[in-house]
Amino acid sequence: MKRSVFAALISIGPCLAAGAIFAQDAPRLRGPEPFTKETPAPPMQRQVTDDVRVRRNYPDQPPVIPHSIEGYAMDLNANKCMSCHARKFTDQSQAPMISVTHYQDRDGNTLGGLAPRRYVCVACHVPQTTARPLVENVFTDMDELAEPERQPERGRH
Amino acid sequence: MAAGISRAWGWFRGNRWVQTALSPPTYLSLAFLTLGGFVAGVIFWGGFNTALEITNTEKFCTSCHEMEANVFEELKGTVHFTNRSGVRATCPDCHVPHEWTNKIARKMQASKEVWGHIFGSIDTREKFLALRKHLAEREWERMKANDSLECRNCHSSESMDLAKQNPRAASAHEQFLFTGQRTCIDCHKGIAHRLPDMSGVPGWQ
Repeated sequence: MKRSVFAALISIGPCLAAGAIFAQDAPRLRGPEPFTKETPAPPMQRQVTDDVRVRRNYPDQPPVIPHSIEGYAMDLNANKCMSCHARKFTDQSQAPMISVTHYQDRDGNTLGGLAPRRYVCVACHVPQTTARPLVENVFTDMDELAEPERQPERGRH
Repeated sequence: MAAGISRAWGWFRGNRWVQTALSPPTYLSLAFLTLGGFVAGVIFWGGFNTALEITNTEKFCTSCHEMEANVFEELKGTVHFTNRSGVRATCPDCHVPHEWTNKIARKMQASKEVWGHIFGSIDTREKFLALRKHLAEREWERMKANDSLECRNCHSSESMDLAKQNPRAASAHEQFLFTGQRTCIDCHKGIAHRLPDMSGVPGWQ
């Protein structure tokens, strides 16, 4: 009995210690204050609205939104994005059309319009801000790995 | 026909009240009648306009829970309620014409809303949502008909500096607004309240 209690204590010890050690190494997104203390929220960042297309980091990346979407309707009743990006409105808006993959349901059948599973644009496409990244971004473009000597200077990520 | 008119006229002139009204005053002085009429006119007219202005305040609009719980609550998150400069639009700024004749016409139409309040046509959120498209369409139609007059009370196209607008907004305004092809409400729907089901509305998918 005494021995098993001792063994339990011995085995719990490293776990507790590891928890304390790893907790210090974990990136602290909410700042240096302990989580028990309420800190003021950082100010909201302004959205980038320069309308300049941003290069994708990899071919399948959903393109990011280079304009503000503040106040845009996105619910069961209305989808403001489609007022410009739907195929039938692209001539007057000069906005890029939603990709053809957005016409397919999950079984690969091509539908007549936006597939319901693609309806909520902001699930994948997001506007950008100039906020300072909370953690360092060490992403490397695959072309940079394959052909490091032929890479142009990178602009905004 | 002629006999009928003459009989009606005879009855009218023979009426005791009409005779009193048309005969000269016996006891009251001319000064009393003119000045008294003037003062009474001021009181009636002032009272009428004061009452009219009271019904033209946000406080009055949101005193009905239909407005307070639905549309006013939705307005609060939008740029027409809270923004960087602190200038905001109240209900009548957008929903009641500012010019007197049109204002009275709109107020007369709005008596239907009193009826709706008394009989509870949208007294629950469900009833409101069910009628929302109809209600929204009425407002869109009204604003289209008057060339978005209530928008233009604040947003004048002459004072718009396209250079300070986002290039997309500038080109859209240049192409559609300045040429008169479209009016504000054609593109800017649902900017102050949530939208109804937009299927079938031009410009919406």
